[in-house]
Amino acid sequence: MFSNLRTLWGTFAHLFGRRVTVSYPEQMPYLAPRYRGRIILSRDPDGEERCVACNLCAAACPVGCISLQKAEGEGGRWYPEFFRINFSRCIFCGMCEEACPTFAIQMTPDFEMSEYERQNLVYEKEDLLISGTGKFPDYNFYRVAGLAVPGKDKGTAEREAPPVDIHGLMP
Amino acid sequence: MSLAYGLVQIVTTLVALLATAALLTWVERRLLGVWQDRYGPNRVGPFGVLQAVADGIKLLFKQDWIPPFADRGVFILAPAAGMATVLLGFAVVPLTASWGVAAGLNVGILFFLATTSLGVYSVVLAGWASNNKFALLGGMRAAAQMVSYEVFMGLSMLGVVMLAGSFSLREIVQSQSHLWFVVPQILGFVTFLLAGIAETHRLPFDLPEGENELGAGFHTEYSGMKFGMFFIAEYVGIVLISAMTTTLFLGGWLGPLLPPLVWFVLKTTVLICFFILLRAALPRPRYDQLMALGWKILLPITLLNIALTGALILARA
Repeated sequence: MFSNLRTLWGTFAHLFGRRVTVSYPEQMPYLAPRYRGRIILSRDPDGEERCVACNLCAAACPVGCISLQKAEGEGGRWYPEFFRINFSRCIFCGMCEEACPTFAIQMTPDFEMSEYERQNLVYEKEDLLISGTGKFPDYNFYRVAGLAVPGKDKGTAEREAPPVDIHGLMP
Repeated sequence: MSLAYGLVQIVTTLVALLATAALLTWVERRLLGVWQDRYGPNRVGPFGVLQAVADGIKLLFKQDWIPPFADRGVFILAPAAGMATVLLGFAVVPLTASWGVAAGLNVGILFFLATTSLGVYSVVLAGWASNNKFALLGGMRAAAQMVSYEVFMGLSMLGVVMLAGSFSLREIVQSQSHLWFVVPQILGFVTFLLAGIAETHRLPFDLPEGENELGAGFHTEYSGMKFGMFFIAEYVGIVLISAMTTTLFLGGWLGPLLPPLVWFVLKTTVLICFFILLRAALPRPRYDQLMALGWKILLPITLLNIALTGALILARA
């Protein structure tokens, strides 16, 4: 009996409490910068595509929603000929972002992706590619990697020594 | 009282009641929301008031489905009976000294008891006609619960009748001009309220519906506006019990400063909110606990109350 009355009072006291509801469309919830939302493809600081079409994201994807085709540009730079993410399958787990060696594929704090037709949830490269660098403003894969590309020979990358001539006898 | 005035009263009461019941569906959901730290329906119209209208339209346009295995005639009759009996009960409730369809009826309380008892038919017939195990179980529970709570509902009002010396609800209110009966009849008040909750099968005594064990109890098979009738009847039932409690124990329209009708509506509203608070706060008891509470605790209390009241009156006389 007493516990019933106490429950009644406890419930009634909620009249003066604060609501926990966030009335979403009017009042946006706070989304952390690392929120795992819509996937984008970023560019490096020089404005080139970061993606090198290594396929690691597609391999890491547990639901297999990423598909891409490698193409080779002039100077031997790899890039995706097409890059397609089927967001009706994507579970926003973030494995692709972790797998990406060049920070090309990134997740953004945006989840408002509703479509009237399911087909529209398949995002092509034009939809995914942004013009900025995303979360890593200064990172440029080719500036730190050993690969030779036009404008950067072997051994001229950051924190890299010139290659050793393994046939030479000098110390 | 002329015939025209009587008709105006009847129509006004009917429309006001149905509007109140429809609005209550929204009020209840908003209040439950407040007590559970959320909003409730707040999208349709200002503060979501038009949610009731939206629900009504939805119910009206739903397919009016009668299961092929159901007893067709009774199946249709049951919700109508439920609706009619609770509405009839309102005939004897005096809203003010002059307003009330048949408030001066000299057997007002008996009439109220009779109509609420007839309400049992609605749920029993619904459970029976649905030809469905869950519905039948719900109907049986409803029958047992309502009949056994009816017993001391009548007894709990007897103390009031003894003090007022009348069965007429108007005279009962008038005899409370010095002291509301809730003070000398506190036991009667509590038992009447509990019986009223059981009578309208509202939470925590909503075992006839018992969603988690019976689907939806006696109205499992009902949909569309037939379900809506049960729904509205339940809310009118809440209003009826609240209005009766106000009349019997809280001095009806009596009160200082404000006009009588405002007092009546105010007291009834507070009681309705209390009904909703009960729903928000308390879990449903087991069925045997419900029965034990009724027969082993509340019935003796009402009998004790009657004995005490009688002794009091004798001692005073």
